[in-house]
Amino acid sequence: MKRSWGPLIVTLLVLVFFYAPLVVLVVNSFNESRFGGTWEGFTWKWYEKLWSADEVWAALVVTLKVAVSATLAATVLGTLAAWVLRSYATRLQGAHHGLVMLPLVVPDLLMGMALLALFVSVGMETGIVTIWIAHVTFCISYVTMVVLGRLRDFDTSLIDAARDLGASPWRVARKVVLPILMPGIIAGALLAFTLSIDDFVITFFVSGPGTTTLPLRIASMMKTSRNLPIINALSSLLLCITFIAVTLSYRLNRPASNS
Amino acid sequence: MKSQAKKVCPTEALLTTPSLLWLLAFFAVPAGLVLLLAFRPADLHGGVGSGWSVAAIKAASDPAYLPIWWRTLWMSGVSTLLCLLVALPMGYHLARMPRRWQGIMVLLVVLPFLTNFLIRVFAWKSLLHPDGMVCRGLIAMGLMTEEQQLLYNAGAVVVVMFYVQLPFAILPLYAAAEKFDFGLLDAARDLGAGAARAFWEVFIPGVRGGLVAASLMVFISGVGQYVIPQIVGGVDTEMIGNKIAQRVFSDRNLPEASALSSMLLLGVLALMIANSLRRRLMAKEGPGV
Repeated sequence: MKRSWGPLIVTLLVLVFFYAPLVVLVVNSFNESRFGGTWEGFTWKWYEKLWSADEVWAALVVTLKVAVSATLAATVLGTLAAWVLRSYATRLQGAHHGLVMLPLVVPDLLMGMALLALFVSVGMETGIVTIWIAHVTFCISYVTMVVLGRLRDFDTSLIDAARDLGASPWRVARKVVLPILMPGIIAGALLAFTLSIDDFVITFFVSGPGTTTLPLRIASMMKTSRNLPIINALSSLLLCITFIAVTLSYRLNRPASNS
Repeated sequence: MKSQAKKVCPTEALLTTPSLLWLLAFFAVPAGLVLLLAFRPADLHGGVGSGWSVAAIKAASDPAYLPIWWRTLWMSGVSTLLCLLVALPMGYHLARMPRRWQGIMVLLVVLPFLTNFLIRVFAWKSLLHPDGMVCRGLIAMGLMTEEQQLLYNAGAVVVVMFYVQLPFAILPLYAAAEKFDFGLLDAARDLGAGAARAFWEVFIPGVRGGLVAASLMVFISGVGQYVIPQIVGGVDTEMIGNKIAQRVFSDRNLPEASALSSMLLLGVLALMIANSLRRRLMAKEGPGV
């Protein structure tokens, strides 16, 4: 059959469209010019300015604290959720499944609004704890989705075999299930970590005075043009980190998709 | 090990409790609270007063909001259409690539989705800025004058929405295309259909499930957007999300924000319920959807 060129051209154009703005951003982070319309020479000065921007590093510390702790909690909850969803076919799991998948579809704005409504209603002071709760909530669904994908290829006869050989359920979970699921769990955790570091909308609704995460800091820096090249530098660093995390998680999950 | 018993055993209940309770407490109950807060009076300190009131609902039903709702719908609709138009051929192409390449392509599609959302919007803002590359290029080619603006209009908002949402459309369409039996296309061609006709009459119905999923994802994330119009849009491109954010952060009127959010939330839920009913109906009519 004759292959048509249309789809290939569209695909290539989309990739250019996806990456061109990011490439321009990285290039401009080394550009002497403030607005990056023209190339005025190579410079490290925006990175130097970023290095001495203490408020950025303070925000990074908050972001990392939230991301690490939220990822831990969401990974445990999400993995457990995926396991029961795969193991049982009751009405309870039907409802459970719906509840896990809904946050993936509901717009961030509404999730932020809902959590704010909760914290205001129970009179809870917004701050790092409320941000953590919010991040765990939206990360659970993503972890569950990734681990469920991994579980699809899971050979359950391994569990029966281990049980027949006299292993306790706890031992089976630790020695058989977890090692096999580990790549999926780590991939899910990396996804949760990336999403937690990136989240702006939900965090904006549930953050209090004094707790500023990195995206919140970036948003406030964007208001003054003096800071724009520093954001370029910061963005380029963040892009690097995301690319490394995603590539890592892809490599971990690859054996499953190959078999 | 999928147990077919419809009764919930203690182990299952115990293992389900953590995630179920968490999502009930921090997702389902809060969503219900938004509906509830819409019927509370506002207090002056940005909180919620005691007692009940329909003032917030009345304020949120003000006809002044109608053009904003309309704009929210049409801008989301246009960006959804654009996404489908591009994601369809791309999903088709990806599914026909060698296996090894498919994984890499999916990674390339997911990567921009995982880079910081604000940074991506910011990248577009500097691209479209009067001193940015696109403007300078267009002016140099004589396609634009110095006075014209690429930023702060509906076009900029739709382009950036399209950019941000495209991965949401490509992934479900690729997943659907991957399951599609491409032999059917060859069969259609053998029976005398042209390439375009085979694509429209065989491939498109074949990936209908993916098309619906992609449209829903993109459209719903569009109607809930507020950061993009705030950064690259102008005063006349505000969407309903901007109004909700303004009610919360500028006016400190939580009940009115809740009333507007409730309308949006109910709209989104209605779309999702309609979709699951449609799928149930399809499943009854026969497999293959």
